[in-house]
Amino acid sequence: MTSYALFLGCTIPARQPNYELSARKALAKLGIELIDLANMTCCAPPPVQSIDLETSLAIAAYNICLAEEADLNLITLCSGCFESLSMANAMLKANEQLKAKINRILSQAGKEFLGSKEVKYYLQVLMDDVGLKRLKRSVSKPLSNLKVAAFYGCHALRPSELLKLDDPERPRILENIIETLGAKSIEYRNKLKCCGGLLRGYSDDLALSLAREKIANTTKAGADCIATLCPFCFVALDIGQIQVKSKFNETYDMPVLHYSELLALALGIDPKELALATHKIKVDKVISKIS
Amino acid sequence: MKYGKEEKTTSLAFSDVVTSRLGGETINRCYQCGTCASSCPVAKITPRFNPREVIKLSLLGVKDEVVSGDAIWLCCSCYNCQERCPQKIEIADVIYALRNIAFKEGYIPNIYSEFASALLNDGRIVKVSKFIENKRPTLGLPPLQPTGVDALRKILSATGFDKLQQKKEEA
Repeated sequence: MTSYALFLGCTIPARQPNYELSARKALAKLGIELIDLANMTCCAPPPVQSIDLETSLAIAAYNICLAEEADLNLITLCSGCFESLSMANAMLKANEQLKAKINRILSQAGKEFLGSKEVKYYLQVLMDDVGLKRLKRSVSKPLSNLKVAAFYGCHALRPSELLKLDDPERPRILENIIETLGAKSIEYRNKLKCCGGLLRGYSDDLALSLAREKIANTTKAGADCIATLCPFCFVALDIGQIQVKSKFNETYDMPVLHYSELLALALGIDPKELALATHKIKVDKVISKIS
Repeated sequence: MKYGKEEKTTSLAFSDVVTSRLGGETINRCYQCGTCASSCPVAKITPRFNPREVIKLSLLGVKDEVVSGDAIWLCCSCYNCQERCPQKIEIADVIYALRNIAFKEGYIPNIYSEFASALLNDGRIVKVSKFIENKRPTLGLPPLQPTGVDALRKILSATGFDKLQQKKEEA
């Protein structure tokens, strides 16, 4: 059995039990063990990078140190966590001077970054440790009737030089997984464009304009649902539809599911175990197409 | 943006300040081609933000307008511009460097101030409420592990992050 230290982050435990449940259950079923380590903190994502980049690197490195001490690689479920931890890991491994500077800061907390571990995104674990062949064999409820609009968001892919998940302009990793689950992955306009999530709280109007375009384009393309990777995209597009209704008086009814929820459903996990009531846009239509 | 203030506030050294900061190192390579602006999802929907303009003003040394203005906070951090820049300027990171300078000078949007406080108090930028935490077993989730907030505070104090936040509280 392959084991990883789980980096849970903030948004998932605070707001998205549906994502956490689907990930824990699906990975357990696929033979991946998740270890919950004590004393992890915020990953230091873009909002913290905006305040002070050096601090954000030190915070990310601190969390990687905990995994190093436990002799485990890290798995992250959130694109924000993946970006900040993976970026810090790559930057510090490549730059001795920067590593020494960050280690001087970490010494105040009794830590030293060694650079001995990997930070992996949930999707990468599925590809590397399970593989599409075994994934396909594990599917007991193929999503055959489902048209899925894959949405990557930004921080799983970019900056690609450091994250190295897939081609930032023509990624395929998410579509490949969706199709392995038996669903049809459909194309739509401006698929790779940002959801606006990080502008929420600073400029809600602009954030909502970006989310609205995504919702409108996936609806026009005839998708049954959007599959998101990132908890921020999930919020922007799910709660976003309620806000679009009140601001623009436009009604959409586009279910938004984490691809992990689709994975759990395809693996035969009972929808009742997945806290699907967390979704603001009801997912009943999607569930009835699967069962 | 207006250009009338250049005489009063121009400081040629500003681009040196930016390049000396983490994230800002590559700004001088810009030849204003505009690939960033045409790749930017925010610039498409508002005249309030244009990455090419932010870089131009920074290189011209119009520091006050850049660090006290609204534009630098409207980058959605999607990194499209950075992927496509023919000069390999780390544009999204340059914006972070400019935000870091703004923060240091006390230009701190409220939402970022809230993030900083949450980080200092709870070790997370989004707080997990007691209600949600207590609900975990009923949903079939394991208990949440404690955050390393004490270690985190030592790190925030070593980098001076905790002082940055005070600046906002004093203002």
